[in-house]
Amino acid sequence: MSDRILLRGGRVIDPGANVDAVLDVLVTGGVVARVAAGIEPGGARVIDATGCIVAPGLIDLHTHLREPGFEQKGTIATETLAALRGGFTTVCAMPNTSPTPDSAPTVEAIREIIQRDARVRVLQIGCVTRRREGKDLAELSELAASGCIALSDDGNPVANARLMRHAMELAAALGLPISEHCDEPELSHGGSMNEGRVSERLGLPGQPVAAETTAIARNIALCEMTGARLHIAHVTTARGLDLVSEAKSRGLPVTCEVTPSHLFLTEESVFGTGPEPAYETNAKINPPLRTEADRRALLAGLNAGTIDAIATDHAPHAVEDKLQEFDDAAFGISCIETALASVLTLVERRELDLVTAIRALTFHPARVFAIEARIPGAGRLEPGMSRDVVLLDPGARWTVDPARLASKGKNTPLAGVELTGSVRAVVFDGMLAYELEAAGV
Amino acid sequence: MLDVRTQAAPIGAPVPTEWTRKDLLDTDTLSADEIALILDTAEGMREVRSRPVAKVATLRGVTVVTLFYEQSTRTRASFEVAAKALGADVVNLTASGSSVEKGESLIDTVRTLEAIGADLLVMRHGKSGAPYLAARNTTAGVINGGDGTHAHPTQALLDLFTMRCHVGDLAGKKVVIVGDVLHSRVARSNLWSLLASGADVTLCGPATLVPRSLHGAAAEEGRCTVSTDFDAALEGADVVMALRMQKERQEKGLIPSLREYIAGYQLNARRLALARPGALVMHPGPMNEGIEISPEVAHGLTSVIEEQVANGVAVRMAILYLMATARHA
Repeated sequence: MSDRILLRGGRVIDPGANVDAVLDVLVTGGVVARVAAGIEPGGARVIDATGCIVAPGLIDLHTHLREPGFEQKGTIATETLAALRGGFTTVCAMPNTSPTPDSAPTVEAIREIIQRDARVRVLQIGCVTRRREGKDLAELSELAASGCIALSDDGNPVANARLMRHAMELAAALGLPISEHCDEPELSHGGSMNEGRVSERLGLPGQPVAAETTAIARNIALCEMTGARLHIAHVTTARGLDLVSEAKSRGLPVTCEVTPSHLFLTEESVFGTGPEPAYETNAKINPPLRTEADRRALLAGLNAGTIDAIATDHAPHAVEDKLQEFDDAAFGISCIETALASVLTLVERRELDLVTAIRALTFHPARVFAIEARIPGAGRLEPGMSRDVVLLDPGARWTVDPARLASKGKNTPLAGVELTGSVRAVVFDGMLAYELEAAGV
Repeated sequence: MLDVRTQAAPIGAPVPTEWTRKDLLDTDTLSADEIALILDTAEGMREVRSRPVAKVATLRGVTVVTLFYEQSTRTRASFEVAAKALGADVVNLTASGSSVEKGESLIDTVRTLEAIGADLLVMRHGKSGAPYLAARNTTAGVINGGDGTHAHPTQALLDLFTMRCHVGDLAGKKVVIVGDVLHSRVARSNLWSLLASGADVTLCGPATLVPRSLHGAAAEEGRCTVSTDFDAALEGADVVMALRMQKERQEKGLIPSLREYIAGYQLNARRLALARPGALVMHPGPMNEGIEISPEVAHGLTSVIEEQVANGVAVRMAILYLMATARHA
C-alpha cells in the first residue's frame, strides 16, 4: 500500500464543493492534500486517471454485514472487502445480526470484530426495539453514547405506532435519525413480491403499494409530531415518493434512499425473460421490485433531488437460502459490488444524471446520517480533511459473474448482465487500499 | 393472471406435432397444436379405457413417481391409474412420512428420486413455482400436478377435453369461471388453454377473489373479461365452471360470509337458466355442494362433473405417454 498517491488528469466530481473539472488529486499524510491542476508528483506514485472519474469514497447508508450470527452468509471481513471493491469506503451496518446491537456491550463486541477485520469504515446502526422485536424500546441513549450513527429495526418495521412515536421523541432528543423500513405488515402480510400483474400471473402472494405508502404517511405524521429525523429506507413506489416530496416541501426533517436494485430492475425480473416463468429467487427483495412506472418515478425523484441517497441494502445470502421455493427463499440481493456499475449504466443510458448520482453516493448520504460530524471530510474531497477517494472508469464494460464476487453472497439477479463502469482504485483512510487488477489502462 | 396472450388457431383435426418438452409445468406456453396433440392422444386412450382389459404395456419399464406435498385424492389416484393402465411402474410418495419431514430440500428430494430411477415425476406442491425449481434440477420429466395458487395444467387439459367432447370446436364459445379465481390454479391454467383454443373467458367472483387487472392481447380483444356480476356474466355462456370455495377465505376476511357468497355466486338452477340452453356445468372438485354449486345443478342433466374425473385418466395417460416417448428438443 502506498500513502503518497497522485491521481492525475481525471474528471474530479466533488458535489459537496460543486467541483466538476479535470484536476489532479494528491493524497499524502493520510489525507487528500491538494485538489488542483498540474500538481507535481514529488515522489508520489502517479496513477493516470485520464478518462476516469475521481470522486469521494462512496458511503452506503444500508449494508448487511451478517456478522455476528450469520457468518455463512457473510462476515465483516468478506463483506467489507466487497464494499471496498465496490468503491464504498464507509458503510452503515444494519442491526439484523445475532446478537442484535440493542445495548452498548453488544455494540462494543461488534466493534471489536470490526476493528480486527473490516477493510473499510463501518458505522453501526443500533436497534429501535430490543432484539428488533417491536415490543420494548432499546436503551436508545446508551446506543447513542456507544457511537451508533442511526437507529433502525431494519426489515422489521416498528408496527406499533405508539412505540414509534416514543422512539422518535427519544431519538429527536438524542439527535439520531431513525431509518425505517416503511411497511404496514397487515397489508404486506405474507407477500413475497410486488402485488400486481406479475404476482397474479405467478400465483404468488403480493405486497401492495399501499403497504409502503400507508407506513410512509404514518411515519411522516409522527416525524411532524416529534421533530425526529426520519430517514425512509429504500423507497420503492412512485406514490411513496410523492409523500416524501410533500413532507420535504413542508420543511420536515425527512430524508430517503433508493437502492440500485429498484433503480435498475422491475418485478418482471421475478418472471424472467423466457416464455415460462423463472420464479427467480435472486430477484426476491424486501421491499419488492416494483413496476416500470415506479422505477421511472424513482429515477425522476433522484434526478430532481427528492431522493437523498443511493443505498445498497446489500444482503448477501448463502446458496441454500435462495435455492428454494420462491415463497420460502430469503429476501435480499448481494449488490455492493454491482451498485456503482448499475448506477453508471443508468447514466450511460441517460436515465440518470452523473453528478446527481455521485452526490447521492457521497455528499448527501454523509449529510443524511450527519457522518461528517464524526468523520471529517466524509463524502467530500476537502484538502486536509477527507481521507477517502475513489477512481472510477465510467466506460469499462464487464459482465457480472457471481463466482467472482468478493462477497460471500452470490445472490445477484444480474448474473450474466453486462454493466458499464468499474472501480479502478480506492484510497481508504489515506492509503491505496484497492486497485483493479488487469485494468488494461 | 394478466398477460392473457392469444395464440389463436382453433383445435381441429389431428396435427403432425411432435411432443418435444421435457416437462409439463403449465398450459401457458402450449401451442394450439400441442394442446390438440394431447387431446387427440387422449381420444385413443379413452378407447383403451373402454376395452375389457383396459390396460396396455406401452410404458413397461418406465418408472413414474408421484410426489405429493399436499393432500389429494383425485389427482394422485388419477395419475396412478393412468400410469398403471399404460404398464408403467408407479411409486407414490407423500411429504408426510418421507425424508421431507426430516428437512430434506425439494432439490435433494428430486435428485434422489432421479437417482433411484424415476423417469417421470408427478408433483403437487403448496408453493407456487415449486415444480419449476424441481424441473430445473432433474433430468426426469416433471409434470405439475398443482402448485400453490399458480397452475394445474392436467386439470385444465382434462377440462378442455371434456368441453371438446360436448361443445366441439371452442372458437367463439363463451366459458364462465366463477369463484375464487384469484387463488385458483385451476382457473389460471384453464384460462391459458381456453384462450389458446379460441374460447372467450369470463372470470367471475367477489371483488376480493378476482384478478384486479387483465393485460395482454386477449384482454384487449375482449376475449377475456373480469366480472363481479355473476347473473350478467352468465348471459350466452356455453360452459359454466364453478370453483371450490374454501372456508378459510371467510376466516381471512376475503368474504363476509358463506351465506353472502352463496347469494351472489352459487351456481344454481335459477342462474343456470340465464346461460345458453344446455350449457355445460363443470367443477374441478372436490365440491362443496350447497355452497358454490347447488346439488340439483351438480347432478343435473348438463353436468359433466363425473365425466371430468373419468376423462382425467385418459388425458393423464396421454400426457404420460407423450412425455415418456418424447424426443427432447
